[in-house]
Amino acid sequence: MGHVLKIAENVLSGSSSARAEVEKALLGAKSNEQYHALLSLTEERALKRADEIDAKIKTDGFQGKLAGVPFVVKDNYLAFGAPTTAASKILENFNAPLQSTVVEKLESEGAICIGKSNLDAFAHGGSTENSAYGPTFNAYDMTKVAGGSSGGSAVVTALDIVPFALGTDTGGSIRQPASFNGVFGMKPTYGMSSRFGVVAMASSTDVMGCFTKSVDDAELVLSIMSGRDEKDMTTLPDFFDIETDAPQSLKIGLVQEAMGDDVDTEVRSAVEKYAERLRDKGHTVNLVSMPVSKYALAMYYIIVPAEVSSNLARYDGIRYGRRTSQASSLAEVYGRSRDEGFVPENKRRIMIGSYVLSSGYFDAYYLQAQKAQTLLINEFNNLFADYDFLLLPTAPTPAFGIGENTSDPVKMYLADIMTVPASLAGIPALSVPAGTTESGLPIGAQIVGPMRSDAIILALAKSMEEN
Amino acid sequence: MSTITTDDVQHLAQLSNLLLSDEEVSSLRDDLGEILEYIDQLAELDTTGVEPTYQVSGLDNVWRSDEVQQDPATRELLLSLAPDKAENQVKVPKVL
Repeated sequence: MGHVLKIAENVLSGSSSARAEVEKALLGAKSNEQYHALLSLTEERALKRADEIDAKIKTDGFQGKLAGVPFVVKDNYLAFGAPTTAASKILENFNAPLQSTVVEKLESEGAICIGKSNLDAFAHGGSTENSAYGPTFNAYDMTKVAGGSSGGSAVVTALDIVPFALGTDTGGSIRQPASFNGVFGMKPTYGMSSRFGVVAMASSTDVMGCFTKSVDDAELVLSIMSGRDEKDMTTLPDFFDIETDAPQSLKIGLVQEAMGDDVDTEVRSAVEKYAERLRDKGHTVNLVSMPVSKYALAMYYIIVPAEVSSNLARYDGIRYGRRTSQASSLAEVYGRSRDEGFVPENKRRIMIGSYVLSSGYFDAYYLQAQKAQTLLINEFNNLFADYDFLLLPTAPTPAFGIGENTSDPVKMYLADIMTVPASLAGIPALSVPAGTTESGLPIGAQIVGPMRSDAIILALAKSMEEN
Repeated sequence: MSTITTDDVQHLAQLSNLLLSDEEVSSLRDDLGEILEYIDQLAELDTTGVEPTYQVSGLDNVWRSDEVQQDPATRELLLSLAPDKAENQVKVPKVL
């Protein structure tokens, strides 16, 4: 039984208490500060909520499915108890006036947020090195990156500080750090969970998801996170239902372009081993080709920066966030607050976004990218007519070294090459731990499915966990 | 397709409301040039006759009833977030 389920069971039965679980998690957080996974602890509020939940269990018969379960929230979700910074200086002391729908839903089932985790500022990055507050270090090797942008959440889960943590995935930001830290990381179908109250990066691909150490924990957490929300009109009508039967005789396509010589040998070997294990379970795994997918990264770095340039326009130093003290005019309030408050990667993306949307370049870049996106979606649909799922590595390498890719923006972007296709298509994808390198670094395999196939992907991963 | 100049960077900075230092302009010019070189390869894809994708969820207009709903965030709470305020309003430098 997964950790989340066990804790809730213990708290509800009385063999543990919400307070004991929260105290344990806070202790774990404080004993692992060297990883720099957390930006803040919501200690006071967490303990208060723990006592409230313990009381509710005794007097009201509260039966929350996540009763007393401590969790960590990526710091781009608005939540109470500590500032919501998105790891940026421009939101350094921003106290959220409301909580995101997802956090509210989890709390209503008795889960307790103990802290906010580190990320690349505004989720712009694939290593958590773009955080304005310093990087997070890999749970297995502190000379390596945690991955990104949800590095902090991946690490606290890997270190067992909490049994689950929230992340966001716009182009791989849950899957890639999950892969780098040996945990499960789920990117659900676009629209499965509400984006309300989460700092927007690219509104057409942003999804809310989680990190766990076992699949049944992910199933439970996602079932609570998901659902149509009136406050987010892009949420789909409810469809997620935990699948109890193990899927049989599936047809799986191993994406050939993701298994080439430019991919780390040990990564390929781990994914090949996972394919073998799938075959042992009675599934068919064949090589398939996705020629359009090699352009997905270029599409992504046109469409997403364009949306970023729009979504980050609100940070103007006027109504909230940091306002510069150096301005002598309104234009300078905007210009200086933003220049001081954003990290270089934020500025790169905002400016690329402005470029591809600007007059004279719109057709060649943004419109071309939207059309290319159609070709990519068609490519997926054609494959899903014959195959149930696709299999490929989560990332071309295991966790790279701190500082290794920071001087080269495109090299950093290439870490996303295997995750962006599913993001652009809005389809679900799960990163599963698939082994380690000889030096002990985790490697993730990625299972991608058609829209709304989330529960079956998880059921497949669960059947592969049991050995 | 594109080589980006310092003037281009200044123009983009203006469009994006970013007041950049000279070093930033120079370093961004190099970075943006590199990024553009990568994304330029998208021109290789033949997209003649292909419709753009506007959204992936397939949803149509989603309506709600035209009723005022009380926001959880009150006026006081929102005002407390402002960097500078006076007389129950957000205070800003003069516009004109």
